[in-house]
Amino acid sequence: MDSELIRVIAFLVGIIAFAALNAAYLVWLERKGAAHIQRRIGPKEVGPFGLLQPMVDGIKLMTKQILIPDGVDPVLFRLAPILAMVPAIMSFVTIPFSETLVARNINVGLLMIFAFASVNVLALLLGGWASNNKYAVISAARAVSQNIAYEIPMLITVITMVMITGTLNLNEIVAQQPNISQWYIFRFSASPLMPVAFLIFFICSLAETNRAPFDLGEAESELVAGFHTEYSSMGFGLFFMGEYANIVIGCSLAVVLFLGGWQDPFGLYPGVWWFLLKLYLLIFTVIWIRWTFPRTQFYGLLNLSWKILIPVSMFNLLLTAGFLKVF
Amino acid sequence: MDNAATNNQETFVLNVGPQHPATHGVLRLKLTLDGEYVVRAEPVLGYIHRMHEKMGENRTWAQFMPNTGRMDYLSALSYNHGYAAAVERAMGITVPERAEYLRVITVELNRISSHLVWFGAYLLDLGGFTPLLYAFDDREKILNLLESVTGSRLTYCYFRFGGVYNDIDENFVDGVKEFIKTMRRSLPMYHNLVSKNIILLKRLKDIGPISRETIRKYGATGPVARGSGVDYDVRKNEPYSVYPEFDFEVPVYHEGDSMARYMVRMDEIEQSMRIIEQALDKLPAGPVMAAKTPRIIKPPKGDYYQAVEAARGSFGVRIVSDGTNTAYRLKLRSPSFSNLSLFSAVSEGMLLADALALLGSLDLVIPEIDR
Amino acid sequence: MRNMDFTKLKEQLRPLAILEDVVVGEPPEEDTGSEARVAPEPEKLAAMHEPDYLARGFNLDVRVEAGKVVEAAGILDEHGFFLEAVTGVDWPQEGQLEVVYDYCLWQPQCRVVVRTRLDRQSPVVPTISTICPGANWHERETHDFFGIEFSGHPDLRPLLLPDDADFHPLLKDFKAHG
Repeated sequence: MDSELIRVIAFLVGIIAFAALNAAYLVWLERKGAAHIQRRIGPKEVGPFGLLQPMVDGIKLMTKQILIPDGVDPVLFRLAPILAMVPAIMSFVTIPFSETLVARNINVGLLMIFAFASVNVLALLLGGWASNNKYAVISAARAVSQNIAYEIPMLITVITMVMITGTLNLNEIVAQQPNISQWYIFRFSASPLMPVAFLIFFICSLAETNRAPFDLGEAESELVAGFHTEYSSMGFGLFFMGEYANIVIGCSLAVVLFLGGWQDPFGLYPGVWWFLLKLYLLIFTVIWIRWTFPRTQFYGLLNLSWKILIPVSMFNLLLTAGFLKVF
Repeated sequence: MDNAATNNQETFVLNVGPQHPATHGVLRLKLTLDGEYVVRAEPVLGYIHRMHEKMGENRTWAQFMPNTGRMDYLSALSYNHGYAAAVERAMGITVPERAEYLRVITVELNRISSHLVWFGAYLLDLGGFTPLLYAFDDREKILNLLESVTGSRLTYCYFRFGGVYNDIDENFVDGVKEFIKTMRRSLPMYHNLVSKNIILLKRLKDIGPISRETIRKYGATGPVARGSGVDYDVRKNEPYSVYPEFDFEVPVYHEGDSMARYMVRMDEIEQSMRIIEQALDKLPAGPVMAAKTPRIIKPPKGDYYQAVEAARGSFGVRIVSDGTNTAYRLKLRSPSFSNLSLFSAVSEGMLLADALALLGSLDLVIPEIDR
Repeated sequence: MRNMDFTKLKEQLRPLAILEDVVVGEPPEEDTGSEARVAPEPEKLAAMHEPDYLARGFNLDVRVEAGKVVEAAGILDEHGFFLEAVTGVDWPQEGQLEVVYDYCLWQPQCRVVVRTRLDRQSPVVPTISTICPGANWHERETHDFFGIEFSGHPDLRPLLLPDDADFHPLLKDFKAHG
């Protein structure tokens, strides 16, 4: 058999395990983080520091019955959670965890991730639509307009990055940032607005993954649980894992594009540990934000995108183009 | 509401509740929505209606006292106070000064705890989870203090006709002083972390403005009225108990939006602490029960009214007595009932999320509406 | 009424009050503390009393015909009063149902009670929700509890009782179980 094929399969298994483990332990991290932010203890009963809690939760979710309510579209209802999970896992294929630790180093890696990321919104839409539940429909409608609004500034920022790096290959992008002064977040020679670009990218990835303060799709005080109101058992579980996988993807991309991926800040010991360190720092920031801020209102969310993020990112694009032309 | 709007094919009905995270209890809102815009909102009540007023006719005056604490479970002592004061008025009982001071101290502590719950739960409505835990942390101290003197943590039944049933001790006084110290540290923190938060300001400023006229027409009282520039607080305008002896302000904001109601409640926490401090300083010695309270309460024939300022507004008790040991008629006027009745008028044309932010700013306690 | 003179209000309300012959043994009319200056003829009194506030908790007590409650509400509304509550009292011995309207003023302190008596068999009173929209719910509640019909009320469905409730729990002949 083709050794490349075996390699890819092995990586895929590894990626699924990584995604699932991440989802499980990010929940743990989120609960512990939230607990400490809220002056509580958090999970502590199952295993040391509650470390086995995610496993127990997982088993619980898997052994629960999947309830299919009356009047739902049976095909779409079942399809939606799968659609939420699969693209998220697929996006991991091109993420370079280190120079060699990458499932498939393809030239259009960045493009592929965004192609899969756009499928995510379809899952929310289908899940909401198929549920035969008004909360879910409202949530789906919100999710779609939110995703459209935030994909634009995100992609404009990414285009800016591609113009600077001149490649869509994630490994090459990382290779261009060997130490902290070369990281694109601080690459002021490319554009003085690089930290702003990073901020835009980060905000957009929060919104894209429906994370607080942009979690309008599942605003529990308004829409109960939004698009997954009717989902039980692993139907809910897949949505949940998909959400966390998407957070990991979003943060990984931010690390790769702006924070030098697996590169050491001082150019000494590059490797997967740097990648994971930066990744989890970003993820912790995401969790931190969630437990600190109230939820935005819908028009506030759209205003932020259309009136601030898109103009600023467009300006940054033009500025960068000018810099590239001049220097 | 014109029929064209409600019969429009584009609208649909969304049932918020009776089991819904935003209604904090079993309230149901029948919202007719056009997209996310509220075309018509109809609150549906009565899911925990218990007919307290009939119970009042079937029990002796003293036996009804625990019921009052079960109307508004968040500021039960104000309801105790209203009922006890009404019966005392009917009976002509004079309450010893120390007892009145204890009433004021406990009622104001209860008011703070009620506002803290509202603060946390309201932020929860707005999607901010963390303030709830902080607020409950502070509230826990109040519950412990009140438990030590009243014996219960939530549905208090501390007042008796002619006084209170239990005197306080040194530990309580120290505990309250300690609590006020920590609360004075917490309150600025809440303002820093929450009140000045840009997202919160965007969500509350200019959202759900209620005009003075609407307040009056619907008979809304309490922080809801004071957020709309109405300087009406039963403690000041129709003084009862020993409130005239304290120096405190009634916070009034004129904007009428959700933020104004938010700020009124936050400022009231500070004012309540001022009252408690003064009450502790001035606390007279003496008995906590009137010496000459009759053993069997039989108010003379006639009707009597007593209003008190509960955490949610003016709570009124109308007693009609026929001179027997049970009430002939006992009307409980609950503030949230009137406060909620303006919801459908104000929420028209608002976005769903804003309408729920408005609902939260009314600070509803459903058992008190349903009685 | 302590802080302010409500002469004008009283002048406007007095014509609405019914004339009562003798003070009967009814609870609401028993207290007639400051009635002396009201009556031109001793046997025909306008049923408007100013009870002792400290003893009763309200400042003015007016009894009107059922048809006059709207007019009374209008006058009070003009003076800036708000409606605290509407409620009923059942008087089976007299075969009457009483409707009580509690009004209150923000400032200065003043509480006015307007009451009217209806025939217990067919209790009908015009709605005041046209003047105070807040009365809408209070009247619905009173309809629930006493079966009092508020004519002209936009929506008299049960508010606190179940939709199919065919009983009126606060009538004296309704026995609560348990």
